[in-house]
Amino acid sequence: MRRFSWFNATSLTIGFLFLYLPMVILIIYSFNESKLVTVWAGFSTKWYGELFQNQAFLDAAWVTVKVAVLSSTIASVLGTMAAYVLVRGGRFRGRTLFSGMIYAPLVMPEVITGLSLLLLFIGIGLDRGVLTIVLAHTTFSMCYVSVVVSSRLVSFDRSLEEAALDLGCSPFEAFRLVTLPIIAPAVISGWLLAFTLSLDDLVIASFTAGPSSTTLPIKIFSAVRLGVSPEINALSTIMISIVTVGVISASLLSKRALVRQKREERAAEQTAD
Amino acid sequence: MAQTVFAPWLDADEKPLIQFKNVTKRFGDFVAIDNLTQDIYAKEFFALLGPSGCGKTTMMRMLGGFETPTEGQILIAGQDMKGVPPNKRAVNMMFQSYALFPHLSVFENIAFGLKREGKPKPEIEARVEEMLRLTRLTKFAKRKPHQISGGQRQRVALARSLAKAPKLLLLDEPLGALDKKLRQDTQFELMDIQEKTGTTFVIVTHDQEEAMTVASRVAVMDEGEIIQVATPADIYERPNSIYVADFIGDVNILHGHATRADDGYDIAYAEGKAPLHAKTSNDLGASAKCALAIRPEKVSITAKKPAKVTNAIKGKIIDIAYLGNLSTYHVEIEGGHMIKAQTANTTRLERRSFTWEDTVWLSWTDTAAIVLEG
Repeated sequence: MRRFSWFNATSLTIGFLFLYLPMVILIIYSFNESKLVTVWAGFSTKWYGELFQNQAFLDAAWVTVKVAVLSSTIASVLGTMAAYVLVRGGRFRGRTLFSGMIYAPLVMPEVITGLSLLLLFIGIGLDRGVLTIVLAHTTFSMCYVSVVVSSRLVSFDRSLEEAALDLGCSPFEAFRLVTLPIIAPAVISGWLLAFTLSLDDLVIASFTAGPSSTTLPIKIFSAVRLGVSPEINALSTIMISIVTVGVISASLLSKRALVRQKREERAAEQTAD
Repeated sequence: MAQTVFAPWLDADEKPLIQFKNVTKRFGDFVAIDNLTQDIYAKEFFALLGPSGCGKTTMMRMLGGFETPTEGQILIAGQDMKGVPPNKRAVNMMFQSYALFPHLSVFENIAFGLKREGKPKPEIEARVEEMLRLTRLTKFAKRKPHQISGGQRQRVALARSLAKAPKLLLLDEPLGALDKKLRQDTQFELMDIQEKTGTTFVIVTHDQEEAMTVASRVAVMDEGEIIQVATPADIYERPNSIYVADFIGDVNILHGHATRADDGYDIAYAEGKAPLHAKTSNDLGASAKCALAIRPEKVSITAKKPAKVTNAIKGKIIDIAYLGNLSTYHVEIEGGHMIKAQTANTTRLERRSFTWEDTVWLSWTDTAAIVLEG
């Protein structure tokens, strides 16, 4: 192992402090006994207990999960369809324009996306609530799904689909039986991405949420405006740990699958006749 | 022993299985196939041979239904294939990359096409078992494609494409990914399977040895046209053009001027040299420019001028390529041409008769060389 020079060690430390210090402070204070956020008064888990008594937070959490599941599922279907057509559709007029346009919402300021959706919903007379947030989140997260899925489709061996057609599949059967199972990991990671984006989103949700459909980020933001409470810290700590566990287990799973595949391929070459 | 020679293309009553009728395929401005007409008969092992970009893969993909001809007609068993999608054709294809479904086991890969036909389960299983036995894969049935070796994958691909018992099997560079030794074994296996199943095979390859080994007829292609279609022996012994002679095997080409002389032509290849004589039934007219093609193994190399031989040229050995079983001598003849002569190494290397810078005589009979239009 190469030893770090002092320069590398310092830049690594500064970088990671920059990234993680705020979160570490938040986690520490979530276990603070005192109601005053900035004064340490000993270890306690009482704010976690109080959090689970707070019906408003629980309602908001339920709305958020509902919105995230629905919108990421719809976005996965639409995003996969869009990616498939753009990668596989061949050369049709305006293909470059279309594939450019699908990425535009990625760089569009959220405020503008939110505002335009709000105007649309008011225009067509749709009452704001869970449905409108789901629609709004689907709109921006399907772009992310289509980016992830199309990068997988580009490296997908086209002859697999041709082989399926050759063996008697209709084009739809070829997609369902061959393409979809193979690109499934990309669709799932697109879904996870859409799910996290929807969990996080504050700006677009605040434009499109109604009075009965407050999401967790909106709830936290409005609670913080009245002053940071230790309950919020506890809630944030829970969210951080959920995300951490998810990310670590996902990377462990994919790494183990990769290692297993490598090992099996080596074994196959050795036992070749 | 009386053995009937398999040559349906010589039988005027035989109906071809595949007919290309004036087929042209263009990709934008690029002409991939240029007004091509060709018949292929049932039970043939037909090889399309040519350099990359000559249109051989396009021809195959049109048979499979993955490309449609810009002009002309393709008939399979007398039926026009226009507008018939790949899944509605009694044609199966073995892909160059094998295109095995990575999420399915070997068994499921082979059963894939049968399941699409909606056959009852026991029937599918019996057929898959049969295919596994034919390709010697029975013990790998439960493995996934990434758990078997390259040669085994190739056999899975073959089994899968044969499972539906197609009228016609298309093979796109089927052995390209295998190493040389495995490739040679597999070629014989392919011929064996073709014979057992009685399926018509059309194979695309750029490997001339492979085409010569497996095929009943070889079509040599260049720039979207078929230059010559013939049995491997005829392609080798009687090429119809310099292109074919040069593409298949090694050849010496001498350009010259032909004048008619009794049963063939006298070819003047250099100023002040005695003309070479070649018997031929080709008619170039009374006098014409021509090319003389001679295979290196048909050129004898001797220290003294042989007595009773029509064609003999003196030269000097410039290079010797020792291949183990054979040696190829590069001999410079007077006038600066380089001629290759190949001999079998029947004695040990230490006792080789010739070495570099030796003056030798090259000779060949009057039937050894082929006179081509040049």
